[in-house]
Amino acid sequence: MLVIALDTSTPAVTAGLVELADSRPHSLAERVTVNPRAHGELLTPQLLDVLAEGGHQLGEVDAIVVGAGPGPFTGLRVGMVTAAALGHASGTRVYPVSSLDAIAARTDGDSPLLVLTDARRSEVYWATYGGRKAHGARERLTAPAVDRPEELPARLEGMRLEVAAGELASRHAADLGLRAVEPAYPTPEGIVAVAGDEVRSEADPAPLVPMYLRRPDAATPGPPKTVTAERGRT
Amino acid sequence: MSTDGGPGRLVLGIETSCDETGVGLVRLAPDGSVRLLADAVASSVEQHARFGGVVPEIASRAHLEAMEPTVRRALDEAGIKLSEVDAIAVTAGPGLAGALMVGVSAAKAYAAALGVPLYGVNHLLGHVAVDTLEHGPLPPRCLAMLVSGGHTQLLSVAGIADEVTEIGSTIDDAAGEAYDKVARILELPYPGGPPIDRMAREGDPNAIAFPRGLTGPRDAKFDFSFSGLKTAVARWVEQARATGKQLPIADIAASFQEAVADVLTEKAVRAAVELGMDTMVLSGGVAANSRLSGLARERCAEAGITLRVPRPRLCTDNGAMIAAVGAHALANGTEPSPLGLSANPGMPVDTVVLR
Ligand SMILES: [Zn+2]
Repeated sequence: MLVIALDTSTPAVTAGLVELADSRPHSLAERVTVNPRAHGELLTPQLLDVLAEGGHQLGEVDAIVVGAGPGPFTGLRVGMVTAAALGHASGTRVYPVSSLDAIAARTDGDSPLLVLTDARRSEVYWATYGGRKAHGARERLTAPAVDRPEELPARLEGMRLEVAAGELASRHAADLGLRAVEPAYPTPEGIVAVAGDEVRSEADPAPLVPMYLRRPDAATPGPPKTVTAERGRT
Repeated sequence: MSTDGGPGRLVLGIETSCDETGVGLVRLAPDGSVRLLADAVASSVEQHARFGGVVPEIASRAHLEAMEPTVRRALDEAGIKLSEVDAIAVTAGPGLAGALMVGVSAAKAYAAALGVPLYGVNHLLGHVAVDTLEHGPLPPRCLAMLVSGGHTQLLSVAGIADEVTEIGSTIDDAAGEAYDKVARILELPYPGGPPIDRMAREGDPNAIAFPRGLTGPRDAKFDFSFSGLKTAVARWVEQARATGKQLPIADIAASFQEAVADVLTEKAVRAAVELGMDTMVLSGGVAANSRLSGLARERCAEAGITLRVPRPRLCTDNGAMIAAVGAHALANGTEPSPLGLSANPGMPVDTVVLR
C-alpha cells in the first residue's frame, strides 16, 4: 500500500512517500528539513517533491498518516490541516498518530525507551516505550506528557529505562542515566509504522485532533482599570 | 451535477485572519462578473467573550477544527463538488500569524491536490471586493472605508486587483476595539458593537461632548485615533460613578457612538471629495452599525457621493470576500502565488496577491 507520511510537530518539516507491505514500512521518497520557522512554507512543496520522486500521483495513495503531536502549536497545526485538506480533496483516509510513537518506532533494539522532544518554555514532551508491536511500532508504557526536565527523574522512577531518543535525548540522557539513540525526529517510516495495522485493515480513522497537552495562554480580564492606570497602551 | 452549471470559473476562498473560519465560493463569468454561490462561516467569537478580545491561540485551534467541515458546508450550499473548483484563494494577511497559517496551509493542500492555482490575497481588499458580489462592478476609482475590530482604514481603490493605496488609518485602536473597550467600561457584553448600538438608540447623541480625535487643523487629515475617546469615556464614567448617581448608559453609548461615526464619516467624505471620487464603499464588521451607516448615507448624499454598503453578513469577515478577490485576480490574469508562500501578518494594503 502507498502511504503519505506528514509531521510538523518538531523543528523538522517531514513529508514522505512510504510503501507498507506485511512487514516494516519502506520509504520510497522523503524530504525532511529542520527549520522551526518554515513549516507553513515547506510542507506542501516537499509533499509534491516526494510524490514526483516516487513517481506517483496523489490519487494513487491509499492512506495519509500525520503526526498529531504533541508539539508546539503553530507548527503542529500545519501538518494536521494539510493532512485534513489532502484527505478531503483526494478522498483518502487520514490517520493521526502520536509523533512520539513515530520516533519510538524507528529506534534500534528493544531496550526500554524514553522519547523526549522540545515543548519550549523550558519544558519537554515525553513518553516511554517497551517492546515491539506490528510493523516495528513500540508498545507505549506511559501516555505523552509535558514537564520540566528536572521533574523527569521523579516521573521515571522505577521504570528501568535504558535509552532515550528524540531531539532532546542528547541533551538530557546522561543526566537521566540513559544512553542517547537515534532518531531525533519522526521519520516517514516511523509515522506509517504506528498506523500500520489501521492502514492495512482500512479501519475508520480516529478524529484528527492535535495533542496540545497545554491550555491556551489567556487571562480573563479583571475589572476595567482606572483612567490613570490606563495611560500608555498595554 | 452543479446547481450552478453556468460557464465560468469557480473560485473557493478561505479566510482565517481572525476569529472567523470563512469559506466562500464564487463564479467568475466570462464577462468578468462575479457571483456569490456560497458563504459558510464558523465563528469562535463566544470562546473569546470572557477574555474581552480575540485570544490568538484559541482562534487558531478553532480554525483547525472548523476548516474541513466549513469547506464541506460551502460546497454543499453551492451544490458543487470540490473537483469542479478552478482556483483557491486564501487570506495571506494581514491578520494573526497563527490563525493565517491554518488557512494558508489548508489552501496550499487543496490547491496542490486539485492541481489548481493558489492566490494568497489581501484581507483588506476582500472587504472591498465583497461589495461587487452584491452591487456589481465598482467604478474605475472609488474610496473604501473599512471599519472593524481589527481595521480602520481609508483606501483609494483603482481596480480591486490593480492599484490600492492607503490614504489614512488609525494610529492606535481600531474603531471596533474602541467599541469593545467602551462596552467593558459600561459593563456591556463582548463584542461591544451590537450592545452599544442598541443602547445608543435610546440615548441622546449630544448629551456628552466626547472628543473627536485627530480633527485639529494640524492633525493628519485622514488618520484616526480612538484611544483618547476611550479614555474620555472611562474618565467620564469614573467621575459619574464617584458621585454615586446612576449611569446614563444610553446617553453615554449614544454620545460615544456619535463621536466615532462623526469622525469616520467626516474624514471619509472629505477624502472622497478631495480625491474627486463619486463612490464610497463602507465595509467591515462595524459598517453594520446603524449610526455609522446612517450618518455616512446622509453625508454622502449631501456631497453627491454614491454610498455602497454590503449586507451585514458580507461586511464581517467571510470566505466569499476572499474568493471575490481571487476571482478578480483570475480575471486580470494575475500570476498565482507559489506553493511555498508565507503568510504575512503585516501584509501591506498595496499588495493584492502575495508571492
Ligand atoms: Zn476584516
